[in-house]
Amino acid sequence: MTKFNAWNVIKNGLNGQSYWTRQWRDPEPKSSYDVVIIGGGLHGLATAYYLAKNHNIKNVAVLEKGWIGGGNAGRNTTIVRSNYMMPGNHEFYEHSLKLWENLSHELNYNVMFSQRAHVSLFHSPGAKDSVSRIYNIMRLHGTDAELWDLKTLKKKIPHLNYHNSRFPILGAAVQKRAGNARHDSVAWGYARAADTLGVDILQNCEVTGFTRKNGNIESIQTSRGIIKGKKIGFAVAGNTSVLWQMAELGNLPIESHKLQAFVSEAVKPLLDQVVVYGVGGAHFYISQSDKGSMVFGGDLDWYKSYAQRGNLPMVQDVAEAAMAIFPSLGRIRLLRHWAGVMDMTMDGSFFICKTPISNLYLNAGWNYGGFKASPASGWYFADLIANESPHNYVQNHNLERFEKGINIDERGAGPDPKLHG
Amino acid sequence: MIRINCPYCGERDHSEFNYGGDATIKYPSLNSSEREWTEAIFFRKNIKGFQLETWHHSHGCRMWLVVERSTVTHEIKSVKPCHPDFQKVVENNK
Ligand SMILES: Cc1cc2nc3c(=O)[nH]c(=O)nc-3n(C[C@H](O)[C@H](O)[C@H](O)COP(=O)(O)OP(=O)(O)OC[C@H]3O[C@@H](n4cnc5c(N)ncnc54)[C@H](O)[C@@H]3O)c2cc1C
Ligand SMILES: [Zn+2]
Repeated sequence: MTKFNAWNVIKNGLNGQSYWTRQWRDPEPKSSYDVVIIGGGLHGLATAYYLAKNHNIKNVAVLEKGWIGGGNAGRNTTIVRSNYMMPGNHEFYEHSLKLWENLSHELNYNVMFSQRAHVSLFHSPGAKDSVSRIYNIMRLHGTDAELWDLKTLKKKIPHLNYHNSRFPILGAAVQKRAGNARHDSVAWGYARAADTLGVDILQNCEVTGFTRKNGNIESIQTSRGIIKGKKIGFAVAGNTSVLWQMAELGNLPIESHKLQAFVSEAVKPLLDQVVVYGVGGAHFYISQSDKGSMVFGGDLDWYKSYAQRGNLPMVQDVAEAAMAIFPSLGRIRLLRHWAGVMDMTMDGSFFICKTPISNLYLNAGWNYGGFKASPASGWYFADLIANESPHNYVQNHNLERFEKGINIDERGAGPDPKLHG
Repeated sequence: MIRINCPYCGERDHSEFNYGGDATIKYPSLNSSEREWTEAIFFRKNIKGFQLETWHHSHGCRMWLVVERSTVTHEIKSVKPCHPDFQKVVENNK
């Protein structure tokens, strides 16, 4: 695989771009692997990469039923931040952000990570107090976090609606190191880097069943034949329950819900930050892509669904929120909107854990927030699979936490998956 | 838009309703084990296909309904009141 560097760019520029090799191989499945990861989204690909890179486990396959990055990996609004406060979550997401900061170099692939600041508006003294608490906890852990008063905010983002009398903007909680990245690049970058280390990426390879032996999963039935794995990891996001039941493991603290995203026609530079607005039930986040499109989203469609398409009431909600906060968007036309299937959990936090089957490992429950988690998710899932015991950061991110009463509920919303954003 | 045929009000847009959740959950008796309560409160089948689920007609008659709906196509097979006694009343009035 040809490395991306100045020399190769110049060389290929002079040779009609003819010396580039393909980015990753398209191998035939081998009959068995040391580790098989099911799901070729960001988490599956990152896990394969870190298995090879950090743990020298290179006889690895990633099985993807469609094409890599065609699930939520390619459908999200790409916000990367680490403003979490619960023990475990905080350290995990901060490590993820640190990995993001060096990811383009690590993968030799430009993931276009742009630390443009994540600006959460607040609209009442109560909201200010509550967000101050979280951002103070972040500061105590050494994460960057600050509050912008109205004057600073108006200087930085002059074109917000500062005249809303129902929900006046009082200021914002800001994480400057947060921002956006290009989602496809992250999938392709991890795939390419993993492939270079020897990982087989098997696309159009849908898992359809498991054969059990002595309590373990002995082999995996796929649309490309039977594949064996000494260890098997699930990283299938919204489809986790489906595979879980294929393995006859029963129920999970997960519900699948759909979340929409929206993209407008491209306009000249309009917004330098990620802006988040959440009041009175509304939830809205927006940024501008490098192409100039406004990329934004809101809440779930509020009913359980495996359909990768959104419904109209949420289109209206999101448009109303956009107009409330950003009236200058009123004449912009929407280009596309779509939905992804979210693995919403009972407390809003994820699972990186062992399962009742001793050679099966679970990576799931990413709610709205799995894009930013991708590097750390791969890192700690690979660590769990390689070392057989969870790292401190993820030691409570397991299925037993509910029975033990140690739910990791950032929002305090209780056991209703759709309420965890 | 999903259209839900409320047994009291007739067919309405789903935006008049609030989604509840899995309608098959039964809470165990008060002296049941920790494990049974954990299962009931936190663990779900998360069916891909037709499931029984509750909806609240919050902008209508404010009754809780049981809806049989596909979580893939969103097609609805049946809508009934949640409470068995109300189900009888609705049946008798047909
Ligand atoms: C609209 C939207 C906006 C979002 N915005 C953000 C955001 O701003 N910031 C953020 O941090 N997160 C965001 N997220 C969440 C984030 O995208 C997900 O949490 C994350 O992508 C999930 O991990 P993944 O990439 O591995 O999942 P996916 O890309 O969904 O990967 C799972 C893969 O498993 C495959 N699979 C399923 N079943 C099988 C099978 N039987 N056999 C083989 N393969 C199978 C699927 O085809 C899929 O490719 C958003 C999500 C959506 C939908
Ligand atoms: Zn009604």
